Amino acid sequence: MSTLEIRDLHVSVETKEGPKPILRGVDLTIKSGETHAIMGPNGSGKSTLASAIAGHPKYDVTAGTVTLDGEDVLAMSVDERARAGLFLAMQYPVEVPGVSVANFLRTAKTAISGEAPALRTWGKEVKGAMANLRIDSSFAERSVNEGFSGGEKKRHEILQMELFKPHFAILDETDSGLDVDALRVVSEGVNRAKETTDVGVLLITHYTRILRYIKPDFVHVFVDGKIAEEGGPELAERLEDEGYDRYVGTGATMSA
Amino acid sequence: MTATTDRTTDHSRAVADGAHTHGPGQGVVPAGSRAERVTSFDLADIPVPSGREEEWRFSPVARLQPLFADTLASDGVAVSVEAAAEVKVETVARDDVRLGKAGKPGDRTAVTAWNAVAEATVVTIPAEAVASDVTSVRVDGVSSVATAQHLLVHAERHSEAVVVIDHRGDALLNQTVEILVEDGAQLTVVSVQDWADGAVHAAAHRSSIGRDARLKHVVVTFGGDVVRITPDTTFTATGGEVEMVGLYFADADQHQEHRLFVDHAVPSCRSRVTYKGALQGSGAHTVWVGDVLIQAEAEDTDTYELNRNLVLTDGARADSVPNLEIETGEIAGAGHASATGRFDDEQLFYLMARGIPEVDARRLVVRGFFAELIDEIGVPSVEERLLASIEAELEKSMSVITGVPAAAE
Repeated sequence: MSTLEIRDLHVSVETKEGPKPILRGVDLTIKSGETHAIMGPNGSGKSTLASAIAGHPKYDVTAGTVTLDGEDVLAMSVDERARAGLFLAMQYPVEVPGVSVANFLRTAKTAISGEAPALRTWGKEVKGAMANLRIDSSFAERSVNEGFSGGEKKRHEILQMELFKPHFAILDETDSGLDVDALRVVSEGVNRAKETTDVGVLLITHYTRILRYIKPDFVHVFVDGKIAEEGGPELAERLEDEGYDRYVGTGATMSA
Repeated sequence: MTATTDRTTDHSRAVADGAHTHGPGQGVVPAGSRAERVTSFDLADIPVPSGREEEWRFSPVARLQPLFADTLASDGVAVSVEAAAEVKVETVARDDVRLGKAGKPGDRTAVTAWNAVAEATVVTIPAEAVASDVTSVRVDGVSSVATAQHLLVHAERHSEAVVVIDHRGDALLNQTVEILVEDGAQLTVVSVQDWADGAVHAAAHRSSIGRDARLKHVVVTFGGDVVRITPDTTFTATGGEVEMVGLYFADADQHQEHRLFVDHAVPSCRSRVTYKGALQGSGAHTVWVGDVLIQAEAEDTDTYELNRNLVLTDGARADSVPNLEIETGEIAGAGHASATGRFDDEQLFYLMARGIPEVDARRLVVRGFFAELIDEIGVPSVEERLLASIEAELEKSMSVITGVPAAAE
């Protein structure tokens, strides 16, 4: 049983005009096996939260703490965070020309587990996971994300989540840009990971439709860099009906 | 922090007669056609450049000055050849009739190299012979006296061979490499510039490709202070093919310049040019100029040239100028592409977010950048050495990142 704890997190992003505060005091606790959905309008800071936890250099933590089972995540380098068990499924996965998917997966798995995966079982595992996500086996020899469609990139992200078996996975708008079939395939992958590894999931989304496939235990509404409201799955249903107007329309920021 | 400039042009449907000269990044069209540039065996025809000339404007002319002299020594390098059993090696006088058949010198260092040389090394692959092994030509720098050296690689009709020219040590060398590929022959020539620091090397490669003959021309440049190579290729009969591959890796204060010219003078020939370079450190400078001329008679020509540069650190500069002149619309295809990008912090973040340490992530990206090209070389011993050299180069930049001196690993 692991715990990812975010306390009073303040984050700024570098801009030409100087640092611009985005997160203004985020509190969030996620335990193994739990699924938390973070919902909110564009520009509310949802993706900043994801990037800051993963350690993207563009984001500067100005106050607060992030701990994983008491360990200071913010003191870790990006790769150390991943090896500690954090995984970020990126909104815009990056192309790495000349590096094959097979080589990339093996290199990352080796780094995360601290030893090279057993050749025979690893090959089977990759093949099986790719088949489950309807990724053609020819992708193993293609360069990472190069020439992938939007849906292929997202399936490749979830493929990694299934293979690397993180303690906590942050899915940054993994559902955006997916058609219904792709959304179902991706969601099935996340649910498989939940069933087999007890992973804690932080699901960041603008829309409610992915929540029909991946059931959240908790829903947090993100507005203006902090959590404006929290609740169970019923909160998502209310958002589906009402949208975010009640949070942004009046300018009212409800305290959590 | 991604700054990539991409230029891709497809000229396969060009119809303009002689009107289309294309040189992105230049701002001006080069003076006249490449076909009009003076070529000559006579010193008087090609004077010492000032550095402002089109073909010298990127070059550190002061460093190359000693090689512009009318006379040059011959003892600054030691040449030795380890030949495949089928291959013949001779040292001949400068007036040997076989020399000077692959075209005329096209710039000052080329013409001084031709005139200053006392004797030449001739490597002959006899007609119909298939070389059973790689032929290695070693050019070892033994002193830094300005020296001229001449090599002819002559693949007679229907022969097949791989010849690797390997440059090491410290030298001040002005070199001519003539490559004759006669009808139906298949030749691979690899020139590796693995010089020690301080070396200055100008080389004119002049290739002539006969009917249905094929040349793979590979240039690999890592070492030396200044390396300037001008591979000229001309087709003498239909059905010829040239594949030109280049890899370079420039460190602080290194100048690596590759200026290619492919002259499609006859119909139905094919050329493919792919050069890739990485740069790191302050004052690292690479220059790639790719001139392709499709003459009016050269119908059914198929050509494509590509240059990519990966800038790993601040303070490095990559110049890339593809030029395509098309004098006939009746071609199969013609295009070029050039792109220079910075090392991509987003790629680094993506790989590190998968647990891969920074040093390994950088290595993956740079290896990935060169991977495709290394596969194309087709000479295993060179490929292995190349991978090792790339590793060694990377160690230099890694030591900056990790704070551990390169030698410690």
